[in-house]
Amino acid sequence: MSKGSTASGGEPRVQIPGGEPLVQIGGAADAAGAAGDCHEEWKKGAAASERSALDLASVRERLRNAKGPQFWRSLEELAATPQFEDMLHREFPRHAAEWPADGDGATNGFSRRNFLQLSSASLALAGLTACTRQPIEKIVPYVKQPEEILPGRPLFFATAMPFLGYANPVLAESNMGRPTKLEGNPEHGASLGATDAFTQAAILTLYDPDRSQSISNLENVRTWSALQAALKPFLDAQIAIEGVGIRVLTGSTTSATFRAQWDQLMGPYPQAQWHQWEPAGRDAVRAGSKLAFGEYLETRYDFAKADVVLTLDSDVLTAGPGAVRYARDFASRRKVSTANAPQMNRLYTLETTPTATGSMADHRMALPPRGIAGAALALAAALGVEGASAPEQDAELQRFVKAAARDLMAHRGRCVVVPGEYTPAAVHALAHAMNAALGNGGETVIYGDAVEVQPQDQLASLKSLRDDLVGGKVEVLFVLGANPVFDAPADLDFANAIKKAKIRIHHGLYQDETAEYCQWHLPEAHFLEAWGDARAYDGTASILQPLIEPLYEGKSQIEVLALLNGKADAKGHDLVQATWKGNGLTDATWRKALHDGFVEGTASPARSVTAQGAGIAQAIGDLLAASTPSRAGFVVVLRPDAAVFDGRFANNAWLQELPRPLTKLTWDNALLISPRTAEVMHLRQRELVELKLVSGRPVRVPVFVDPGHADECATLHMGYGRTRAGRVGTGVGSAAAALSDSTSPWLAQVDLALTGETYLLATTQEHYNIEAHSLGANLEGREAIEERHLLRVMTLGEFTQEPEKIREMVESPKPEDSINPPWTYEGYAWGLAVDLNACTGCNACVIACQSENNIPVVGKEQVDKGREMHWIRIDRYYGGDLDRPEIYHQPVMCMHCEQAPCEVVCPVGATSHSAEGLNDMVYNRCVGTRYCSNNCPYKVRRFNFFAWNKIEPNDAYSHPVQKLGRNPDVTVRFRGVMEKCTYCVQRINRVKISAEIADRKVRDGEIKTACQQACPTQAIVFGNINDPESEVAKWKAGPRNYGMLEDLNTRPRTSYLARLRNPNPELGEKA
Amino acid sequence: MAQIFHRSTNTLAKASIFGGVFIVGLLGLILYELDRSPYNTRQGLILHQPVPFSHEHHVTGLGIDCRYCHTGVEKVASAGIPPIATCYNCHAQIWNDSPMLAPIRDAYKSGHPIEWNRVHDLPDYVYFNHSIHVAKGVGCSTCHGRVDLMSLTSQASTLQMGWCIDCHRNPAQYVRPKDQVFNMLWQPPADQLTKSGPDLVKAYHILPARNLMSCSTCHR
Repeated sequence: MSKGSTASGGEPRVQIPGGEPLVQIGGAADAAGAAGDCHEEWKKGAAASERSALDLASVRERLRNAKGPQFWRSLEELAATPQFEDMLHREFPRHAAEWPADGDGATNGFSRRNFLQLSSASLALAGLTACTRQPIEKIVPYVKQPEEILPGRPLFFATAMPFLGYANPVLAESNMGRPTKLEGNPEHGASLGATDAFTQAAILTLYDPDRSQSISNLENVRTWSALQAALKPFLDAQIAIEGVGIRVLTGSTTSATFRAQWDQLMGPYPQAQWHQWEPAGRDAVRAGSKLAFGEYLETRYDFAKADVVLTLDSDVLTAGPGAVRYARDFASRRKVSTANAPQMNRLYTLETTPTATGSMADHRMALPPRGIAGAALALAAALGVEGASAPEQDAELQRFVKAAARDLMAHRGRCVVVPGEYTPAAVHALAHAMNAALGNGGETVIYGDAVEVQPQDQLASLKSLRDDLVGGKVEVLFVLGANPVFDAPADLDFANAIKKAKIRIHHGLYQDETAEYCQWHLPEAHFLEAWGDARAYDGTASILQPLIEPLYEGKSQIEVLALLNGKADAKGHDLVQATWKGNGLTDATWRKALHDGFVEGTASPARSVTAQGAGIAQAIGDLLAASTPSRAGFVVVLRPDAAVFDGRFANNAWLQELPRPLTKLTWDNALLISPRTAEVMHLRQRELVELKLVSGRPVRVPVFVDPGHADECATLHMGYGRTRAGRVGTGVGSAAAALSDSTSPWLAQVDLALTGETYLLATTQEHYNIEAHSLGANLEGREAIEERHLLRVMTLGEFTQEPEKIREMVESPKPEDSINPPWTYEGYAWGLAVDLNACTGCNACVIACQSENNIPVVGKEQVDKGREMHWIRIDRYYGGDLDRPEIYHQPVMCMHCEQAPCEVVCPVGATSHSAEGLNDMVYNRCVGTRYCSNNCPYKVRRFNFFAWNKIEPNDAYSHPVQKLGRNPDVTVRFRGVMEKCTYCVQRINRVKISAEIADRKVRDGEIKTACQQACPTQAIVFGNINDPESEVAKWKAGPRNYGMLEDLNTRPRTSYLARLRNPNPELGEKA
Repeated sequence: MAQIFHRSTNTLAKASIFGGVFIVGLLGLILYELDRSPYNTRQGLILHQPVPFSHEHHVTGLGIDCRYCHTGVEKVASAGIPPIATCYNCHAQIWNDSPMLAPIRDAYKSGHPIEWNRVHDLPDYVYFNHSIHVAKGVGCSTCHGRVDLMSLTSQASTLQMGWCIDCHRNPAQYVRPKDQVFNMLWQPPADQLTKSGPDLVKAYHILPARNLMSCSTCHR
């Protein structure tokens, strides 16, 4: 069923309430006009379709009638669909315990009953197989042991992961030469010890068996020297004509060594050209800077100083260079610890697609792209930017802009306006002007020289490459790390253009779509396998050092460029060292840079700049045009995905299975639309629609209703529909690139047609929901959630007045009310707290946990059955109105209850309590009754229905190389075993043992759980709650602290700090 | 109505019920004993090794300290099997043409390591750590027996969980002064159980049994 679809049976819906055809079936002709009309329909507000699977009108009605704060987790919950109720009351979804169906039928597989009948016959024999003797193992010591290696003690090396060219600083853990985990570099300003989800997942890519493994020519294995020989005549011929036929296409880069290699190349081949292309790059940022300042400048923000933040379609807290640091600084202003004169920053967000940043907003408004343009103009006008005038807008947006502008002006020099990476360049230019008008330059907004070594308009660059290709001007084309055949705008038809180059060499981690069109393919070395250099968002340079020899025949980009320079045997190390010695590093400072993970004093100095009036005027003109309603079809916004980004991580199963921050979708992209758009266009959840540019290939994509999305437009995430990604990523989702047009790569005006089919989308938003109402109460799900107060939210004002109200929302029984005997914890008592006011829902913790704890991936079909294995789930709640919901995140992992309900029901004692309060899980005792998970009120236990972790050489999804990436300190679980968060007990024990050997106590903060260490906002703290001086004890003593389901007297060791909102009184309480 | 079964079936039934219980019980006993037998635990079993290394010769004969080869024992989880280079420190000079040591020389010259057969092998879900035991006064011989008398190494203890638990429940039985940890000849004093053992447990801050008995102390 994974890719299959079944006909919904319903006839195509073509009528809109007004009687005019709104959605054409396969009709491109009138669609433009029709979509224009539908704008008017939105204004009126449409009656719900009775045929809609989700009765959104009654949902809306119910929300309107509800009193007090309302939180809901999905539309299905609000509508109380039978499927949702079923999911809620069951431990696992129905049929989860059944044998997987074969083929496309649901019934021709094994039923559980059948399985039991058969297995009972062989039970005795099967039981005896456990009585095998352990096989004799080998010990293979070193011949000469490297001095620094002590088997069993991991080493940490500072390096960096280049992403869109920018360095994400990391400390890589190496267990006897195998990199197993990436952590942030605490000494590097861009990380401060934290990482994002992409960085956490990079380990899996290193050990991806689908990475290309050899140099090949037309799919025949070749050698490096054979490539040299094959290239030589072409390169020699180019010398005479100054390299006019040489083209190199790369992604964005900040590598000084790459630049140095390029400059050398300019010697013999001065006419050679370097093109860059990133499908989700920073073209708009660059163009905005050029427009405002006449040059490429790097803009960075200091959120630690900002009292008021306004974002314009920007996911600045989780995406883009510097996001990890930005999130830390932003959250540092939200950690309200006392009710006495609490201080908190305020975030206004205007965005199209709901993002993690938007979920942190105190005031959020969803606007279609033209609305963003209009709002930027109105805001600029209100802030007194010269020449700006507000276009006509609805009253609500006017009110929003007016209040935000007043708030910003009241915090001159202590506020910031942040434009998004995919908004038009004009918005960026205007934001520069606004920040200047607010006196933020040099305060919260810092300008520096461009960090990229060769900033360019990448779309223009790609177009000129394409023109040269078509014009037959390209003899030798090197594609280094880019994949234009997959991700270039569809109208460029890169697949055909690239064939015009005489000799094409592709260099990349995978034999991808572009490799298919190149005669030569070179495997690229993973960043943990090669030397290199990169600069972080603030310009700080890092030397990338390898932790392992290339697993395959990988070469780095700089080594490939050296080949063009006739230095085929040059080693990456020597090239990088030569560059940096040339930049003034000595032997000593080189070693220090390697040790520290950055070259000291390389951050770009702040520059004082002034925006040019002409550029701003042009930007205003552009925006005026952009803000008028267009009648040219249905607007689809194309954005990089929060998991696979632009497709480069498509073969990373950790990321594919990661529930996306807002939709909780896994293994797919979908056309995200607002509930109102769904009503107006009569689109059903999960139905397949066909999108098509006026000229171009149609894309079939399922609809997903995403509350909080802007009306009259949709979002489709990029990076899916890969055809040569590998075993994991090929064929997952739909290719957004087919909707991308070189005139506007991130904004498509499409025709939409119904197909009448539905599609299986695996979303985890309904999985492991906690029963919303208290025991015994016979209430509807909705009213009930507030009864149990799983999520607690207050405004800052309410909190200041009644801080104790957070704790008092639910009456918690006294410890002695339990039937269990009392128990005192002497020594350490481990506990954890999560600050919901800081959690952005970015998912870094989920992948960090997966990497640290050898958590397997189960695949789309199994996720749909509710068998995902993540130890942390991030519950996403919506609050209030269906059309303008507030969004909240709540990470839920094992609570390590002091009175754990799971422990008393285990018949074999496989889960029991440690003396330090850990709820231990003993895998080798577990027989898989699943009673514990049935009895867990928090639904945090995960069961291995299959041997997900088994490695078999002939299995399509496992490969021995994956063993190398596993954490040797954590048991690899087998089929039939229950597992759950352990508070990273392996880390606790490692630190405890070293403290015991030194005969001292564990220091506070010495143990960091994997989730805590990765968290960019430091929303998680772990420690000894018996020590009143520990950070965690202080958090737990604060007024915002509460335990989930405390009324059950489970006495959870994990607690939450309630979310606070800081609304502008002028706009009222609502977001 | 006539009886269906003959009277003798009563006896037969009694015998088979008794036999059933007895046979099942016996079977259980056999399995239990088998599980704890050296056949299963490999206690005392001598494994064939590429080089017949004698601890007796090196420890008792030459007086080499345990830590000369097992360098990790005080620092990390695994005591460590020495790299070939350690053997070569001496055997480059002495017995440097002995045929018995040919695998050592080959390995050193070729760089291909020797594969030893593992004598002490805990299941993979057990995370035993040498360094903490050594630091808390658990001597080598307590677990490994008189290695100094083994000409070929074998496992002295059962290494079963019950055996681990015996000490974790009451470490005072086995703890010795830290300076005696590597002393193979150490014998517990007469007051080990009453005085010196409990005193050492206190002095070394050994965690109480309820901590040592927690599952996650050894299983993760």
